[in-house]
Amino acid sequence: MKKDIILAGVGGQGILSIATVIGSAALEQGLYLKQAEVHGMSQRGGDVQSHLRLSSEPIYSDLIPKGGADLIVSLEPMEALRYVPCLDRNGWIITNTAPLVNIPNYPDIEKVKDELSCYTNVIAFDVDALAKDLGTPRGANMVLLGATAAALGILDADKLRDGIRRVFARKGEAVVESNLKAFNAGLEYSLKQK
Amino acid sequence: MAEKNLLLGDEALALGAIHAGLSGVYAYPGTPSTEITEYIQGHPLTRERNIHCDWSSNEKTAMEGALGMSYAGKRALVCMKHVGMNVCADPLMGSAMTGANGGLIIAACDDPSMHSSQNEQDSRFWGTFGMLPVFEPSNQQETYNMTRAALDYSEKRGIPVIMRLTTRMAHSRAVVESAPMREQNQLHYPEKARQWVTLPVNARVRNRELIKDYALFEEDAAASEFNWLKDGPDRSLGIIACGIGYNYLMENYPDGCPFPVLKVSQYPFPRKLALELASKVKAVLVIEEGQPLVEERMKGYFPTPVPVKGRLDGTLPRDGELSPDAVRAAVGLPALPQYNTSEVVVPRPPALCQGCGHRDFYTALNNALKDYPGARVFGDIGCYTLGWMPPFNSLHTCVEMGASCTMAQGAAFSGTWPAVAVIGDSTFTHSGMTGLLDAVNSKADITLCISDNLTTGMTGGQDSAGTGRIEAICQGLGVEPEHIRTIVPLPKNYPDMEKVIKEELDYHGVSVIVCRRECIQTLRRHAAKK
Repeated sequence: MKKDIILAGVGGQGILSIATVIGSAALEQGLYLKQAEVHGMSQRGGDVQSHLRLSSEPIYSDLIPKGGADLIVSLEPMEALRYVPCLDRNGWIITNTAPLVNIPNYPDIEKVKDELSCYTNVIAFDVDALAKDLGTPRGANMVLLGATAAALGILDADKLRDGIRRVFARKGEAVVESNLKAFNAGLEYSLKQK
Repeated sequence: MAEKNLLLGDEALALGAIHAGLSGVYAYPGTPSTEITEYIQGHPLTRERNIHCDWSSNEKTAMEGALGMSYAGKRALVCMKHVGMNVCADPLMGSAMTGANGGLIIAACDDPSMHSSQNEQDSRFWGTFGMLPVFEPSNQQETYNMTRAALDYSEKRGIPVIMRLTTRMAHSRAVVESAPMREQNQLHYPEKARQWVTLPVNARVRNRELIKDYALFEEDAAASEFNWLKDGPDRSLGIIACGIGYNYLMENYPDGCPFPVLKVSQYPFPRKLALELASKVKAVLVIEEGQPLVEERMKGYFPTPVPVKGRLDGTLPRDGELSPDAVRAAVGLPALPQYNTSEVVVPRPPALCQGCGHRDFYTALNNALKDYPGARVFGDIGCYTLGWMPPFNSLHTCVEMGASCTMAQGAAFSGTWPAVAVIGDSTFTHSGMTGLLDAVNSKADITLCISDNLTTGMTGGQDSAGTGRIEAICQGLGVEPEHIRTIVPLPKNYPDMEKVIKEELDYHGVSVIVCRRECIQTLRRHAAKK
């Protein structure tokens, strides 16, 4: 079994902490893992992506082939669409719909949402708003991870919760709890969509 | 007990070096190499074993520091991005002549596709140029293992070795299993003492030895545990897969490659193995990350001509990094079904952070220059190079580390006025100081703006070599104290900033304007720590 995941967003949004939690859970479960990250210039507000590959078999390439991704997980709606050529025809897009507008020619957000709705398997919602409602505005990435949990398949939700506990442990119990709360809310939202 | 860690390729190299008895890492930050040194700086064993890990002013000083450590018999590592190899080329080529005493690795991290770089140069060329062995790992575990093997090899053959990583290797994580710790070397000096003094009388002797040794290095590469030839049933094609090119090949053949494959991760290129491969097959495909170094050398290798495919004949793209898709097409497999590129998506280029001091500096500079239609602004390497982009459009050039100050002088002498140079604090101490001395000596009519954010920003906020001493350095180099001005880049200071900039533009000599405010990324980090 394998899962190939494109994590997408804008530099500074925190996609790498999603990768870190999944990575920690995968390591604990004894899965093979490869995770290619973007460092350097693009981190300054540009588009960023991480290729995260999980498998029960050894993995060769650090990059996911075009048409091979099982999931696109994005903290920004236009950034989700940027990587659709990577997506398997049966793959899922799980994305925030709140746009991050830091360029003058950002497209009409309704057009972005319309296009997202054309794909077969999509979970798209305002992750920022949900995180804010929960009182954890900085937990948007964990809300998104929660919404991804059901589609992820290769790791169950409890393994991911354990991953959150390990990754955030050094920041204290309060941070762990608010991230778990955000994760659970995202998971719950995604289950209602099916 | 073997420990398992999830490590970047950079970190696997770092941990491999620590576990192999490293005594010092010498480096200047540069993407994608920075994390090697940062990992060593943060590792508990570094303090326990007193491993040197301070940042160097530039790659040349780093290379020399590491060579000194090797001379003293200890194991040393020097790390840099590919263009850093140009900066340290002099001691690098010199080190081939001196040889190594303690194991010495030069880690060069290349950036094909230029994710965060100004060119695509392939560091393997330094191996053939300097007659140095090159190691090029294909995955994270191999990176860890190879680092120790390369240090052992460096000591066994008395030669510095280059370890070449590329972006996808440097910045991709996988699980790495550790080996037992090795002790650090004791202080001991080279037995072959003469070759460490490269006077012609010694260098001529050493050069002939090195030429002989290089043939030996090739024999070693043919027998290396990192290079192997694996047969396959389909003889219509033989594949030479170098470094991570091997991964992209195997990605497309999860159940095994039908073609005979030569995997190459240690150079000089093992011609013996290539001949063996070519004798079996109708054509050879070379898959290599970077420039067509192996492919070019294939021409004329074989007694009976065998067609060679790769980047030169268009079987693979001529530039850019490899991908599983490019390799898939090269071996003749159809692309996977895929969606078309979305038409609503627009590019999102990187930009200076909101609240960044460079922004306020460029705003003030642009306003000041409105009255000077002949102005040309010579830029440099760092976050502030983004000042070329809208909304600032402030820069006319950016070439390499330190070029702002010196190019401005050439243009000023040619009649450009005003000639303005813009450089960051870390780039200034890396390669700008000597250029400023030139300006002072030739009384050049330039205005050098040092946009000082108290850190090496672009690579993530490493220490900057001249922090707190920028004005003193300029004065020491001979800039007149009254023409060293300091301003704080904030919107409320725009009128003052513009006044100072104009005053110094109007002065026909060397002026330095230090524009200082802490990088907001490091400011946030420092605030979070408190």
